[in-house]
Amino acid sequence: MIRLQNIEKVYRTDTIETLALNSVSLDVAKGEFLSIMGPSGCGKSTLLNIMGLLDVPSKGSIKIADRVTENLNDKQLAQFRNKTLGFIFQSYHLINDLQVLDNVELPLLYRDTTAKERKMLATEALEKVGLANRVKHFPTQLSGGQRQRVAIARAIVGKPDIILADEPTGNLDSAMGNEIMDILINLNRNEGTTIVMVTHDENMAHKTHRLVRLFDGSQVQ
Amino acid sequence: MLKNYFKIAIAVLRRRKFFTFISLFGISFTLTILMVLTAFIDKVVGDNYPDKKRDRLLYINRIQQKGKDNMTSGTLSYYFLSHYTGMMKTPVKVAISSGFSGTNTYVNNKKIAVSYKYTNAEFWDVMDYDFTEGRPFNKQQVDNADHVAIISEDMKRQYFGDVDLVVGKYIEADNVSYRVLGVVKNVPVTSYMFFSDIYLPYTVSKADYKSKSYGGSYMGVLLAASKDDVPKMQTEYENLMKRVPVESKDYQHLYSHAKSFFTSYVDTGNEDTSGVFIVITAISIFVFIFMLLPTLNLVNINITRIMERSSEIGVRKAFGASSKTLVYQFIVENLILTLLGGIIGTLLSVIALCAINSADLIANLELTINFTVLFIALLVCLVFGFLSGVYPAWRMSKLNVVTALKAQ
Repeated sequence: MIRLQNIEKVYRTDTIETLALNSVSLDVAKGEFLSIMGPSGCGKSTLLNIMGLLDVPSKGSIKIADRVTENLNDKQLAQFRNKTLGFIFQSYHLINDLQVLDNVELPLLYRDTTAKERKMLATEALEKVGLANRVKHFPTQLSGGQRQRVAIARAIVGKPDIILADEPTGNLDSAMGNEIMDILINLNRNEGTTIVMVTHDENMAHKTHRLVRLFDGSQVQ
Repeated sequence: MLKNYFKIAIAVLRRRKFFTFISLFGISFTLTILMVLTAFIDKVVGDNYPDKKRDRLLYINRIQQKGKDNMTSGTLSYYFLSHYTGMMKTPVKVAISSGFSGTNTYVNNKKIAVSYKYTNAEFWDVMDYDFTEGRPFNKQQVDNADHVAIISEDMKRQYFGDVDLVVGKYIEADNVSYRVLGVVKNVPVTSYMFFSDIYLPYTVSKADYKSKSYGGSYMGVLLAASKDDVPKMQTEYENLMKRVPVESKDYQHLYSHAKSFFTSYVDTGNEDTSGVFIVITAISIFVFIFMLLPTLNLVNINITRIMERSSEIGVRKAFGASSKTLVYQFIVENLILTLLGGIIGTLLSVIALCAINSADLIANLELTINFTVLFIALLVCLVFGFLSGVYPAWRMSKLNVVTALKAQ
């Protein structure tokens, strides 16, 4: 589903060059739930961003859903992300000015859908994360766990093949973290969604199919 | 999609009340000033009372003579206008009238400032003054130098008070009594070629209207039989002026033109400087600077406003919004803001115009909001929204998703 080959990422400023990723190669199979671990600054998030086509590698090639993505322009990239990828972030990144339902509908805005379809799909996604009764709330009226569930609903509303989760439980206590984890596991099991998750939490990582460890930009396991 | 943009736009506006207030204030205040300005220009240039046949008229209000060291420029003499336009074949009629001058008169020991102007009889045929009572003076009355007068409604009210009819009554100006022949609707003073409180036959003028010098206090308006004759009439006057000898050997050139309303209205009286150019440039510069400041201000506010939302930008991009879509969203949001400002500005303008009208700053000038002004205002709003939205939106759309998401 995802194939990374010899990915290198270098950050350059006027005086220093930082090697964030050093020749990382990774294959993620369809339907796999993979977790990436490693200390802070080891390049986990950079790797995830590259997989999510939010960042470009300095070297190496990426293939996602059998598609080479290097030569896509801004619009094509946007469309590709919209159809194939769903994101979950540590700090949720919900739009506080919009109600829960509008937040969840967001990915559908960039597709050919009617308002009615959007509402239906978003409600469906919210039901899956158990928040069907919170559609009219604003994100600030929800707890951290609930917010992350809204974020998951937003990530799955467009039925993407791949979900990329950057420390989805990082801001939550363990009970809430487990809840979120259960939702992700069910999603992977029942819908066959491929999930790549970056985490600091060994317990969470062990619940996934496979664990990849990074250290100083290199893959160590 | 639009509904969604609208929702978020309103939400953002409500969240940042102070920014919203500053933005709206900037837009609506600027707009009000521009609306008052356009209303003013529109009234002055666009209102065709009393010269309703404008498309058949040409205006002569200047003569300039130029020598090596000398130059004279000003309005014309009665003799010059009647003598030379009398030679012309195209005009069916020629209105000749002096500029208005001021004097004082007394009613019940109360001083009233009065302006008066002299006209020929054809003036009343060429112009379409609305008579509320009576009639204009005719050629015979002019030839006889009858002491008759046409007065404005304003003058009637001031001089005679609240009475129904004043035709046949006498009005005194400059210690001379005139019999009122008719009353006409007011002309605003900005329409300086036709404004007056009292209109008198030129033959009663104390100045010598028979004097053959070229300069004087008169202006002429030529009436063509039809719109199509106007260019011919203009050429005829031009050709005629080429043959007119200069007044003295101090001068080598003589210029006088028959022009359309706007060109003559802003005529500088100098052959080398175009009044139209000066007026249009001045207005453009004023409007440009006046709009530039709030636009820059808005651009600044917008950048801050938009950058605050970098997380939202990041999320939208991650979930499939292209840069173009985002630019579009922010421009729409900005247009909503400016249109809101536009509505407030329009309301403020109505209030401002009412205030100006009721304060009676300029005699007989009734400013009104009309469709031209409203249209201009709407256009200005859109330009505003666009200008102040494009740059921040463009900058924001270039934002890298990862950076945008980190910024929170």
